[in-house]
Amino acid sequence: MDPITQHIERTRREFLTTTASGLGMAALGGMLTDDGVISSAVAAELGAVNPLAPKNSHFDAKSKACIFIFMAGAPSHLDLFDHKPKLNELSGEKLPDSLLKDVRFAFIKKDAARLMGTKRKFTQHGESGMEFSDLLPNIAKRSDDILMVRSMHSSQFNHHPGQLLMQCGRPQFGLPSMGSWLTYGLGSESQNLPGYVVLTSGRGSSGGATLWQSGFLSSVHSGVLFRNQGEPVLNLRNPTGLPPELQRKGLDVLRDVNQGRFQEVHDPEIASRIASYELAYRMQSSAPELIDVSGETKQTLEKYGVERAEPDIKGSRGRSGNTHQSFARNCLLARRLVERGVRYINLVYASWDHHSNLDTELSYNTSVVDQPIAALLEDLKQRGLLDSTMVVWGSEFGRTPLGENRGGSKNVTGRDHHPYSYSMWMAGGGLKGGLTYGSSDEVGWGIAEKPTHVNDMHATMLHLFGMDHLKLTHRFQGRDFRLTDVGGNVIPEWIA
Amino acid sequence: MITRRTWTMLFTVVAALAFISASAFLSADEKNAQSTDVKLPPPVEGKVDFVRDVQPIFVKRCVECHGPEMQEAGFRLDRKKDAFVGGDKGPAFVAGKSANSLLVKYVAGVDPDLIMPPDGDPLTKKEIGLIRDWIDQGADWPKDADLTVPASENTHWAYQPIVRPDVPKPDGSAWVKNPIDAFVLDRLNGRGIKPSPETDRYTLIRRLSLDLIGLPPTPEEVDEFVADKSPDAYENLVDRMLQSPHFGERWGRHWLDKARYADSDGYEKDRARPNAWRWRDWVIDAVNRDMPFDQFTVEQLAGDLLADASESQKLATAFHRQTLTNTEGGTDQEQFRVEAVFDRVETTGTVWLGLTVGCSRCHSHKYDPIPQREFYQLFAFFNNGDEANTNVRISDEAVERFNKDKATHDTAVKELQRSFEAARTKLAPGLAKWIESQVGKSTGWSVAEAAELKSVGGATFTKQKDGSYLLGGQNPASDTYTITLRTKLNHISGIRLETLPDKSLPANGPGRVKHGNFVLSEVSVTARPNGQEKHTPIELSRAAADFEQPGSGGKPSWTAAATLDGKPETGWAVSPQFGKPHTIVFETKENVGAENGETELVITLSQQYGSQHTIGRLRISLTSDQRPINIDGLPKNIVDILAVAADKRDAKQQRELLVYFTDRDPAVQQLKKQLAALTKKAPKSPFMAVRVIAQRSANPRKTHIFRRGEFLQPTVEVQPDILEILHPFKPRKQDSTPDRLDLARWLMSPENPLTPRVAVNHVWEHLFGRSLVPTMNDFGSRGDKSTHPKLLDWLASEYIRLGWSRKALIKTVVMSATYRQSSAHRRELAEIDPQNRLLYRQNRPRVEAEIIRDLSLSAGGLLSRKIGGPSVFPPLPPDIAALSYANSFRWTTSKGEDRYRRGMYTFFKRTAPHPNLTTFDCPDGNTTSIDRQSSNTPLQALVTMNNEVFFEASQAMARRLLTANLKDDNARLAYGIRICVARQSTDKEQSQFADLLSAAKTWYGEHNDDAIKLVGSYAVDGASPADNAAWVATARVMLNTDEFLTRE
Repeated sequence: MDPITQHIERTRREFLTTTASGLGMAALGGMLTDDGVISSAVAAELGAVNPLAPKNSHFDAKSKACIFIFMAGAPSHLDLFDHKPKLNELSGEKLPDSLLKDVRFAFIKKDAARLMGTKRKFTQHGESGMEFSDLLPNIAKRSDDILMVRSMHSSQFNHHPGQLLMQCGRPQFGLPSMGSWLTYGLGSESQNLPGYVVLTSGRGSSGGATLWQSGFLSSVHSGVLFRNQGEPVLNLRNPTGLPPELQRKGLDVLRDVNQGRFQEVHDPEIASRIASYELAYRMQSSAPELIDVSGETKQTLEKYGVERAEPDIKGSRGRSGNTHQSFARNCLLARRLVERGVRYINLVYASWDHHSNLDTELSYNTSVVDQPIAALLEDLKQRGLLDSTMVVWGSEFGRTPLGENRGGSKNVTGRDHHPYSYSMWMAGGGLKGGLTYGSSDEVGWGIAEKPTHVNDMHATMLHLFGMDHLKLTHRFQGRDFRLTDVGGNVIPEWIA
Repeated sequence: MITRRTWTMLFTVVAALAFISASAFLSADEKNAQSTDVKLPPPVEGKVDFVRDVQPIFVKRCVECHGPEMQEAGFRLDRKKDAFVGGDKGPAFVAGKSANSLLVKYVAGVDPDLIMPPDGDPLTKKEIGLIRDWIDQGADWPKDADLTVPASENTHWAYQPIVRPDVPKPDGSAWVKNPIDAFVLDRLNGRGIKPSPETDRYTLIRRLSLDLIGLPPTPEEVDEFVADKSPDAYENLVDRMLQSPHFGERWGRHWLDKARYADSDGYEKDRARPNAWRWRDWVIDAVNRDMPFDQFTVEQLAGDLLADASESQKLATAFHRQTLTNTEGGTDQEQFRVEAVFDRVETTGTVWLGLTVGCSRCHSHKYDPIPQREFYQLFAFFNNGDEANTNVRISDEAVERFNKDKATHDTAVKELQRSFEAARTKLAPGLAKWIESQVGKSTGWSVAEAAELKSVGGATFTKQKDGSYLLGGQNPASDTYTITLRTKLNHISGIRLETLPDKSLPANGPGRVKHGNFVLSEVSVTARPNGQEKHTPIELSRAAADFEQPGSGGKPSWTAAATLDGKPETGWAVSPQFGKPHTIVFETKENVGAENGETELVITLSQQYGSQHTIGRLRISLTSDQRPINIDGLPKNIVDILAVAADKRDAKQQRELLVYFTDRDPAVQQLKKQLAALTKKAPKSPFMAVRVIAQRSANPRKTHIFRRGEFLQPTVEVQPDILEILHPFKPRKQDSTPDRLDLARWLMSPENPLTPRVAVNHVWEHLFGRSLVPTMNDFGSRGDKSTHPKLLDWLASEYIRLGWSRKALIKTVVMSATYRQSSAHRRELAEIDPQNRLLYRQNRPRVEAEIIRDLSLSAGGLLSRKIGGPSVFPPLPPDIAALSYANSFRWTTSKGEDRYRRGMYTFFKRTAPHPNLTTFDCPDGNTTSIDRQSSNTPLQALVTMNNEVFFEASQAMARRLLTANLKDDNARLAYGIRICVARQSTDKEQSQFADLLSAAKTWYGEHNDDAIKLVGSYAVDGASPADNAAWVATARVMLNTDEFLTRE
C-alpha cells in the first residue's frame, strides 16, 4: 500500500473509531434506515460505529455468555465443598506455629485460635464422585457439569479490595470489571438490551457499584443495574400520564429536529444520539418483557423457586425482603438474558461474611441459592445453552479452618477471612464438567496442589471466550492494561 | 514440548545465520538484490539522525521487552553497548549492512511468525526504511544518547525547558486576533486549510456561558449581547463571566475531578464525610478570587507548612485528604495509610506533571526515566503528612456572634462561680473538724492482694509497690482480666477498682490505647467462701464512678452502670480525663465472705470495645462498710494529703481538701449543678473540624523502597527528593530534610518544563473539548506529542508571564479567533483531519453530567443559584442507596431550595453514586480524573426523558411558557426554543414542535385524567389541563434535543 493510501486508511479508521463515542446498537446506519428512523442519505454520512457491535474473537470461542454468580462476603468453602476429615479430627487444637507465622487475621486472636471442624456431612455425587456438603443438595446433583476448583487463592485480605480483584483483576479502583472487558473485546449480541447486566439480591455488597464499573473504558461498557421487579431499568417508565403514542410522537419530532441539526453541522455524534433515543425506546418494551416471567411454565417457575415462601429463620445477614424469591427470579432472568444475547450477567448476592453464627447463616444462605442455581444449570442444559454459557460461582476469598474467637470470646461460632486457599466452581461454556481441580492441605489452610490465582481463572475464562488475555488490552496513562494485570496463565486442564 | 512456533523460530535462526555467513561473500549490489528478494522496504533518502529518527522507534516499539526491565532473547536496545553486542541470536545489526540485519528482518516480518514487535501494528515501511538507512549510514549512535544514562540528556520533548517561541506571522493574518491564532493559522496554512468563520452571536454567548460559568444565558442576556454593537461587546461579556461567582463553581468542579473529591470514605463502609464540602468551597472561593495557580498549588500541597499558616491555608491541604479510607473490620491501617500515600504521589504526578509516576511504584518506569527509587523519594515528601483535624470557622459572622455571646456567657459563669466560692468560704470553718475526724482513720477500704491474675489476650501483670498491678506484654485489641483474691474480710459490701495512670502507659494511661482511654465493658464476681466447693455468682447491685465519659450531647454515655447491664457493647470509660486516677465502686447486694477463714473471690473485668481499649494499671480494694457505701470513698489524693502533717500542707493541698470537703455539701452541689447546666449552654464553637493533611510532629517516619510496592517489604531507605529528569531542586534549607513545601515550590518553579505545559493543556481541553496534547495524563515518552508544540509552549510561558492567573489565561484563549470559530463539521476535511487536530473549527462536546441537570432545571426556572454549603440530596431512586454496604446508607431527600441546587452539590457517595451523574460519565471519585469521557448511551436518553428531576423541569418549563407574557402558541414555541438553545427558532423546527403540541392537545383533550397527572403540581391557573399537559409533553422533547445537550 502506498503511503497516501495508507494514510487515508488510517485516518478513515480513526474517523470511524473516534467520532461516535458510543451507543448500544448494531450496525447503526443499516438498522436506522431499515427502521425508517433516518434517511439513507443521513445514514451514509454517519460514520458512527457501534462500540457494542459484535466483534471477532482472537480465536474460536466456546463461550458466548457468562453468568457470574458472585457470593459477596466469602462463603465457607470448608462447610460447602472442601471436605477435610482431618480438620474434624483436630478440631479444638491449635494450628501449628509454622502455619501461623506471618499470617494476618481480621478478627481472630491468633494465639488463642483453635481449629474448628465442620458440622456438615459430605457425600460424593455423580459419576465423578465430586464432594459437596449437605447444604447444597441440588447443586450437587449437577456435579457432572461442574468444574470444582479447590485451590483458589487471592492476595487480598479485606472485602472491598478482594472483590475488586475478583471482578477487575487487581485490587485497585478505576479499572474495568470483567464484564466491561468482555463487551469491550467482543461487543454484544443483544440489540435491545445492554451487553452487561447486573442483578442483586440481599443486602448491599462491600464493593457496591465499583464492582461493575468500566474504569478507564467508556461507560458504554459499565454494567447496567437491572431490578427484577417493577421498573427493571432506572427511568424506564414514561412519566405518569404520558402514553406510548405520545412517546413515539415525541421521539419522531425529536429525531426530525436532531436530523435537521445534523444536516447543518454534520456531526456524527448527532446520529449517535438519534440512535441512542431509539434504542432507549426499544428498551422501554424489551426490558419489561425481559422481567415479565408470566410466559414461563409453571414447572419452570417451580423449578427455580420463583414463588417459594421465605422461610422463617431469624438473624439472617443475607436476608433483605423476600430474598428467596428475589434470588430465584434473578437466576431465571439470567437465563432469559442469555437467550436475548446479553454477554455478561453478574448476579450479586451478599452477605456470606460469617464471622459468627456460621451454622444458621450458612444454612439460610444456601437455602436461598441452592435450588435456583441448580435449576439454572439444568435449564440451560436442557435448552442447549450450557455449552456456550459459562456459569461461575465464587467469592473474593474463603474462610479459615480456625474458629473465630472474636474479641477473645470463648463462644466460637464463625470463621474469619481466608485468602490462602479456597474453592470456587464453574460450569458450561467449554469447561470440563466433573473435574475437581487442585486441592488444599489436610486442614484446608494452604494449597497442596495446583494453586490457581484469580488472574489464572480470568485468563482461562477469556480463553474460552476466544480471547487471548495478553492481547485484550487498553492503553491508559501510557500503559497497556489487561484484565489479568501482570499475571494469569490459561489452565488447559479446565478446557473440555 | 516443542510447538510449531518454537520449530519455526529455531529454523529461522538457523536459516538467518546461514544467510549471514553466506552473504559475507557477496558484494553490496548482490546483497541489495537479495534483500529485494525478501522484500525488505527500501532505505529512505537523506541523512538519518539516530536521536531524532531512530531512537523514538526503539523506545516506542522495542524497549518494553528489550530494555532495562526485560531483555527478551537476551537483547536490549536502550544502551549502545548492548545493542551492538546483540542477543541470544547473535548481532542484531552490523554498521553498513542493513540487508543482513536480524533486527531489520524481524521488524520487516520476513518470517510472518516472527514479526517484531509481536503486538500491535507492525512498523511502517518508513520506520523500517529509517532503521535500514541508519545502519547503512554507519549506525551512528551518539555516546550520550543512551536511554538509561543521565536524565539531563534525555531528548523527549516534554522534559525540555520551555522556551517562549516567536509568534509566527502567517498569511491571512486579518483573521488573527491574538498570538494563539497566529500559531493555529500557521499550521492551517501549511496544510492549505482555512479556519472556520466566527460563529454567530447566539452561539457565542451560549458557548462562553457554558464554558465559563456552566449556566445557560437567559433570553434577555442573549438579546442584550446580540444588540450590543460596540467593538468590545464580546470582551465585556467575557469579563462579566469571569467575574461571575459561578465561574468558581464551573472551574472549581474541573479541579474537584482531579482531586477525586467525594463526600464519603470509599471502600466497604464508605462512611459519610460530612464536612468535606468545606474544602470544595475553598476551591470555589480560590478560583473566584483568581488565586494564582502557583499559590493555589502551594497551599493545597503544603499549606500547613507555610509560616503562620492561616485557617484557609490549612484547609487547602484537604486536596490530598480526598484519598479513600478503609474502615472495614480487620484491616491493617498501615496498609491503607500507605495506599493513600501512594495515591497522593500518583495524583500529584498526574495532575501537575502529567507523568505516570505510579508505574514506578513496583519497578522502574518502563518508558520514562523514572527509577523506582525516585518514586519513593516523592513518597517520602508525603509520608509524614498525616490526616488530621483542623478548625475552620463556619463563617466570619459566626465567629463574631460567638465572641459576643461568649462574653455574655462568661460573665454569667463568673457570677455563678463567685456565689460558688462564697458558699465554699461559708463552709470553710467546718473543714478543720472534718479533717480531724478523718485523720488516722482507716478509709474503710483495704487493698486486696491478688492470688492470681489472668489475661485472655496474653497481657502480663506486674505488681507495684502501692498494691496495684501494671499491665505489659501483649496489648490485644480486646481483653478480659480475671483476678482471683483470697481475703479474710467478712461482710464484704463493696469492691473498688482504681484505674491508675503510669508513665509506661500511652498518654500516661490509665488505659492502654494510644490516647489513654479504656472501656470496662462488663464486670462480674464470683465467690467461694472457705469450705464450699463451688464458686457462686455474686450479685452487684450498684456501680458508681468518680467520672463518666460524656457523650456528644454532654450526657454521660460511658457510665459505671453500663458495666452491669449485660451488654458488652456498652461500658465505663473516662475520656477526656486521661493521665489521672479514676475509681469505680461496686456494691454487693448481699454481704459476702466466710464467717471464719478465707473467701476466694474471682473478679472478671471484660473489656470488649476493641482497638486496645483496656486498663493499663489497676488496684482492687474491698470494704465492709455499711450500705450505702461511701461510693466516693476518699480519693487517693485526699488520703495522701491527709497523711501530710497539717502544718506541712501547702496552699494547693489545702485548697484540694477544701474543695473535696465542701463538694459534699448539698448547697454546693446545687450550685455545681447550676454551673454545669450553664456550661452546657455555652455558645457553640463557631469552628468546625475538617479533615486535612498536617505534618506529623512526633516520630517522623522513615521511607523505604517497597519491593514490588508491597508495604510489608521495605528495602533501602530513601530521602525526600525530586525527579532527576526535571529541573534542579532548590530546597529552602540546604542542611535539613526537604519537605512538601519545597516540593510544591519546585513544582511551580518557572524552570519546570512540565507543570506549565500540563496546566495550560488542561485549560485548553475545557475550552475546546479536546486538548493540545491528546494524552492528557501522559506527557512521557509513550504519550502523544502536542498537535501544536509551539502554541503549547507559548501558552505555558504566557501562563507564567500572566503570574499564573487562571482568569487571564482563560481570557486569552476565549478572546482568540480560534475559540470563536463555528463548530460545524466540514465534510471536505472529515477525511483529512477527522479529529480536528489542526483546530480548523471549534468542537461540539456534550455538556457534563452536572451541567445537564443545571440546564434542565434552569430552563424550568427551578435552578437554585446558591453557591457552596453542605452537599445536598436531590431525589434518588430508592434501590440505589440500598446498594451500599449492608444497606447502611440512608438518603433523605432534600426539601425546598436544596432539591434544586446545581448538580455539583449532589452528595457524592463513592460506593453508590447518584446515577444521574455517573450515567453521564461523571468520574467516580476513587482516583484522579483528568479528562472526562463523553459517552452517548440509551441510559442517558432515559434519564433526560423520564427521570423525576428532569421531568419536573419539563413541567416547570411548561408553566413558565404558559405564564410568560406571550401572545400565542407560536410565540411560546419560539420562546421555548430560545430558552433551550439561545438562538432564534427556525420555521421548520417550530412547525415540528407545533406538530407535537397539537397531537398532544388532541390526545389530552380526550384524556383529561392523564392530562392532570402529567401536569402534576405545576398546573397553571386559567389553562385547561389538556393545553397544560400538551405543553409539558412538548417542553420535555425540547429539553432532549442534541443541541440542548451540546455546547455548540
